[in-house]
Amino acid sequence: MLEYDFMQNAFAAAGVAAIVSGLVGYFLVLRGQTFAGHALGHIGFAGATGAVLIGVAPVWGLVGFTVAAGIAMGMMGERLSGRDVAIGIVLSLALGFGLLFLHYYTAFATQATALLFGNVLAVDRSMIATLIGLGVITLGGLAAIMRPLIFASLQPELAEAKGVPLRFVSTAFLAIVALAVSESAQIVGTLMVFSLMVGPPAAAQRLATGLWSGLVLSAGLALAEAWLGIAIAYYTDWPVSFCIALLSALGYFVTRGSWLSHRSASRAGGVTEGKPRPLSP
Amino acid sequence: MNVSETNVIELDRATLRIGGRSILADTSFAIRRGEFIGVLGPNGAGKTTLMRAILGLIPPSAGSLRVFGNTPQRGDPAIGYVPQVRTVLPDLRVRGFDFIASSVHGERWGMPSLARADRKVIDATLLAVGARDLAERPLSEMSGGERQRLLLAQALLGEPRLLLLDEPLIGLDYRYQEAVIELVRRFARDRNITVLFSAHELNQLIGALDRVLYLGNGHAALGTVAEVVTAPVLSQLYGADINVVHADGHIFVLSGGRDIERADHLHDEGHDHDEHHHA
Repeated sequence: MLEYDFMQNAFAAAGVAAIVSGLVGYFLVLRGQTFAGHALGHIGFAGATGAVLIGVAPVWGLVGFTVAAGIAMGMMGERLSGRDVAIGIVLSLALGFGLLFLHYYTAFATQATALLFGNVLAVDRSMIATLIGLGVITLGGLAAIMRPLIFASLQPELAEAKGVPLRFVSTAFLAIVALAVSESAQIVGTLMVFSLMVGPPAAAQRLATGLWSGLVLSAGLALAEAWLGIAIAYYTDWPVSFCIALLSALGYFVTRGSWLSHRSASRAGGVTEGKPRPLSP
Repeated sequence: MNVSETNVIELDRATLRIGGRSILADTSFAIRRGEFIGVLGPNGAGKTTLMRAILGLIPPSAGSLRVFGNTPQRGDPAIGYVPQVRTVLPDLRVRGFDFIASSVHGERWGMPSLARADRKVIDATLLAVGARDLAERPLSEMSGGERQRLLLAQALLGEPRLLLLDEPLIGLDYRYQEAVIELVRRFARDRNITVLFSAHELNQLIGALDRVLYLGNGHAALGTVAEVVTAPVLSQLYGADINVVHADGHIFVLSGGRDIERADHLHDEGHDHDEHHHA
């Protein structure tokens, strides 16, 4: 299947986006902010369709809207947490705007499907270059804030006392997430960014308890699921995004299942060190 | 040795405010090096606020607060801290070692990296608090007591000269509570570390502490148990009739009439407590 240019492009683009999504997503899951990733995907849809309407490549609309929204969410900080209703309404509004922009841009009916569910088989060389460029910026940003990000994610109260600027770190992180969402959306679409940004990291955190091993595993799983998904799509003619979403869900539930049985086995193994163990996980 | 060298913490007519509410007003006291201070008082009396001020997170709105003779600086490595509010995500699958390693130079930018010396210090500290077995275990599988031991190990990294432990006994069963107190006391004595240890119950701490700091109604009373835990001192501090009853080696602080302690507990859902506060 690699004799076709479009397949080579698909593998290259999916590879770049998967590694970026797996690494950034690891921290998204660690911080319990997966909902933010989902929200940014929806907002990105409005950005992408808006960009198409004014004659700009959708990826730049995605980047512009999601980064702006990520920074806004970060600056609102705690005021945003627990506001599920407000966020949910803003999400529908963003999707609604996306629909409105599409309504006025009648040239391509397929555009909506591509933006919502991805169209990795249509990726060209210049898009791969864009993805690599965005990926370098995303991972560079992540590397720059990684140490305080880990500290602030694991122990915010102590991190604050030790001089970590919590608000800045969380805002910068959400901007990085926004870039990763833009990458991921090129492969699996704005509605399905979870399959690359949440599934693989969540599975990795079940399997590895070390930070570095977890990060590497997360990126590796994302890459494997993306490439395997494309291969399955090639042989079955199913949509690529479906195959990736399926593998992502499989990976998560399989690791979760093995973790649960491990937990019950260790619990059945009795009381270690003579101390009562908590009954609920 | 002059006064500023022996005093680790000095408040001189200090006022601490949060959001316009005065938590401590015009308060003066000094804590000497190597002292183990039990910090007591109802919820909302300012135990956490005092510690955050010592950490440099809340500057006094009036008067002065000095730590090691200087204005407190955020991120002072000489202070080890176990916060009361500990946001530990229940599903956190990160192993104990990586959890506390995140605090080592955690405020620096860039990628995390640990020098061999840092790893050695972490290993040695875990061993010293009997928490070595926690290094490889994920946090989600630890009990409250095990997490507390891990946090204590973390607070002791970097050889602090001052330990601020904010309600470290909450959520622990009685045996663990004793173990934590004993561990802190032994460490502090061996290394001449000053300790502020806030708690709900005086009796458990009596064997370990040098002096008590009672906070209430914006005021503070610092002294030995015999000096402070008396009906007149606590009655004045709380502005209510307080009885102090000595029985069987224990001290019970009972508030007569309307129970101000209980009223204070009402706006703190986290930690319920019985009506007659066993201080």
